[in-house]
Amino acid sequence: MSREMRFTDPGEGIHEAEVVEVLVNAGDSVQEGDSVLAVETDKATTELPAAYGGEIEQLAVAVGDRVEVGDLLLTFAGDSDEAPDESAPAAQRPDPEPEPEPARAEPEQAEPEQATPKQAQSKQGAPEQTEAQQPETRRDDGGDGASHAPKRPHKGPVPAAPSTRRLARELGVALAQVAGSGPGGRVLDADVRGASEASETADTRQAERAEAPGSPERPATTEPEQPQPERGAAKPAPAASAEPLPDFSRWGDVERVELRSVRRATAREMARAWAEIPHVMHHDRADVTALERFRRAHVDEVAAAGGKLTLTVLVLKAAAAALRVMPRFNASLDADGETIVLKHYCHIGVAVATDAGLLVPVVRDVDRKSVRELAVELAELARRARDGELSREEMQGGSFTVTNVGGIGGRLFTPIIRYPEAAILGLARAELAPVVTGDIDAPKIGARLYLPLCFAFDHRLNDGAEAARFVNRIIDSLQDPESLLLSV
Amino acid sequence: MVMGDLPVETELLVLGDGPGGYATAFRAADLGLDVTLVSNEARMGGVCLLRGCIPSKALLHLAELAGGAREAADMGLDFGLDAHGPRWDLERVRHWTDGVVERLTDGLAELCERRGIQRIRGRGAFADARRLLLTDSDYSSIQFEQAIIATGSRPVAPPGIAFPAGGRIMDSSGALALADIPERLLVVGGGYVGLELGSVYAAAGSRVSVAEMADQLLPGTDADLVRPLHERLAKLFESIRLETRLESADEQGEQVQVALKGPDGDEQATFDRVLVAIGRRPNSDDLGLDAAGVELDDAGYIRVDAERRTSADNIFAIGDVAGGMQLAHKAMHEGKVAAEVVAGRPAAFDARAVPAVIYTDPQIAWCGLTEREAKAQGVEVAVSRFPWRASGRALTVGAADGLTKLLLEPETGRVLGFGAVGRGAEGLVAEAMLAVEMGAVAEDLALGIHPHPTLSETVGEAAERFLGLPTHLAPDRKRRPA
Repeated sequence: MSREMRFTDPGEGIHEAEVVEVLVNAGDSVQEGDSVLAVETDKATTELPAAYGGEIEQLAVAVGDRVEVGDLLLTFAGDSDEAPDESAPAAQRPDPEPEPEPARAEPEQAEPEQATPKQAQSKQGAPEQTEAQQPETRRDDGGDGASHAPKRPHKGPVPAAPSTRRLARELGVALAQVAGSGPGGRVLDADVRGASEASETADTRQAERAEAPGSPERPATTEPEQPQPERGAAKPAPAASAEPLPDFSRWGDVERVELRSVRRATAREMARAWAEIPHVMHHDRADVTALERFRRAHVDEVAAAGGKLTLTVLVLKAAAAALRVMPRFNASLDADGETIVLKHYCHIGVAVATDAGLLVPVVRDVDRKSVRELAVELAELARRARDGELSREEMQGGSFTVTNVGGIGGRLFTPIIRYPEAAILGLARAELAPVVTGDIDAPKIGARLYLPLCFAFDHRLNDGAEAARFVNRIIDSLQDPESLLLSV
Repeated sequence: MVMGDLPVETELLVLGDGPGGYATAFRAADLGLDVTLVSNEARMGGVCLLRGCIPSKALLHLAELAGGAREAADMGLDFGLDAHGPRWDLERVRHWTDGVVERLTDGLAELCERRGIQRIRGRGAFADARRLLLTDSDYSSIQFEQAIIATGSRPVAPPGIAFPAGGRIMDSSGALALADIPERLLVVGGGYVGLELGSVYAAAGSRVSVAEMADQLLPGTDADLVRPLHERLAKLFESIRLETRLESADEQGEQVQVALKGPDGDEQATFDRVLVAIGRRPNSDDLGLDAAGVELDDAGYIRVDAERRTSADNIFAIGDVAGGMQLAHKAMHEGKVAAEVVAGRPAAFDARAVPAVIYTDPQIAWCGLTEREAKAQGVEVAVSRFPWRASGRALTVGAADGLTKLLLEPETGRVLGFGAVGRGAEGLVAEAMLAVEMGAVAEDLALGIHPHPTLSETVGEAAERFLGLPTHLAPDRKRRPA
């Protein structure tokens, strides 16, 4: 009997991916753990290891295919084996040679054998069984708005306690749309709340009806941490899903392009962040004349060490220093809205524009690295981002973000906070501007270099005054390079 | 000014004060609504309390004692009874059951008063979707914003046969009146009403015959649950005629002549009394529902959605009149749903396991999916049975012929349904109901410690058996233990 290898969630709430590379052929012999396929999920490419050792019997996917968790990827020849990741208790595994007895009433002089509990004949191998044990996952169909129900192994009412069903009604969550993380796919209160958060701000959600057309979504895993936006697991409600677009072809030629990969992930994340976080924008500018001189003085030295000393690197340091003193900008608001999670680490994401789209690699422990180290690391991360070599891990774990569009242009913009962070610092183009000092009788006209700071913060966590102070701190650091370097 | 001229205005009109009606009125009042409860009966409680559940269970308790007293002789406890068994003093029995009913109905009336619910006696019919006209009442009409119809059901008479009050051809209410113990009683209808009441009369000394149209007593109930009951009733009753229908019944003097048609042909017989219990029909026929815009289905039940709302936006229907399982507790639950919806809360009727109990000896109880339903719906189930002959407690109460079974989803072990037959089965079904509603899996039942020695262990053991690890049975050869 063939052994099946199915696409399983690598553990981060991923539920679909695109096959970008098939590394084996039918007939190849592989060892368990050898890479057999490469799939792209959201923004990063992952290689999938062989679930078994043995001969590859048949490939079920090709490059370009979209697969969802549970889909068959390939089969291995050989005898029926235990699945390597079998986690179900043995009792729930169907017998290898079950007898498909119909469920009928039996005469009660039955000996125990006659009244044997009947096992359904399962045509699928053990991996399918595992899937039934795992929290179910969902297809995501963000683009055209129609969302699909979680794949459940069995039809019938969604397993959920009465209190959970009532909660779902109260929150306007359609149970059929929620993946259950309880045993056998039971939907728990936490699943319902998670789904509700995700769709809470969908414009067209009908709050009262249990059959809400809104599509609450939920990461398939129940990790205690905040879901990271770059995983794509925490999906915003497709607020656009409720109303279909008009038929544009009425007015001229149109072309339809699928929303895929990075673009798609970005669309989801931005919609969610914008819908859920009350943004306030605070704009100011820092006089970086002295800082720029400092930078120029040291740029070659850093280049020799393999790094690029940019204004961004220096801003990272200034931000880290400010975050240490004002930790509520380095925090997240818990899903229940009752707790602020303060982070005692400082990992800053730096937005990088690439051909594939906007990627945000995270520089870890900014507060513990020297300017030189940061310059080297950031340069490397940016290069890897542009070359499509970033791993998913490298895009996770950020507690703050810096985004610099100044290299391209712009005087002022309003960045969107990366859920579930508390703030984001945007940098626009540094420009020389005339400055008049002295007095009316002896005016001195000079030029200073100003860097526009476009700061967005979550007003639930911080107030305007605090934000202003935060930005002032950054400005003070940037205007006084020596203090910047001392404060690190 | 005559009271009848005063217009009554109310926020919520509840029509009918049986279990559905009063439960919905109480919940609505507790949620702050102004409630008016209309009923054509003098006492609260509906059929359930006045002429159904309560008096019948009181009588069945006595029947159980009577049966137990006879059995006790075999166990070494001799009550000194003669061949007739214990003597039934019908007047005192009626007095006692009436007392039980009286206490409960008075209690309901007091609960109404404490909640500030206005009670109006009268017969109601809708003039439109906002007004109810009253007859036989101190009031002429009621204006309401919302209404909940809970008018219940009544016994069906076979064509050509009437139930004259006090006659020898009785419906269930007549039988409960316990006018006398007929020497020979024919029970037409092998459903739970006929079997329960038949059991009472048999315990009191009647020679009881049952005629049922289907090929099984309790048609619609899983056969494995009915079998032990049939065996005991076959000894208790004089005869059980299956696939037999009543063609005619004529009261003649002190007896009733009946014509029966069975698989072996026609039969004429004479009985002292005949109880006809072949089903019930909804009380939806003279409520003026047309005028209110409330639609019925083909069988006369009021069409409702999950919120129990009818085709008229502001009118709801619950209980027997709304179809579904004709059970008091289902009506009560629906009543609470409707009250919450009227009060603006997001409630809906989504019960997965409405339990049912039959109070014969042995009792039968079930909830959730039955084997019949599973087959009809094409749902694959694993059935795990635990025979009571392996239960210590069952043997101590003389219930070795009992059975507990669980219906489970084969792959996940999720509990989909439960059934039991045996003395005391009524005490098992609530746990099973909770298991089904919560989406419990077999482990949840197996890993819970059930007290010993009780019948509830049979539930835990049925779950263990599914998992391949029974305790008081030998493990099945085919199953590998977990």
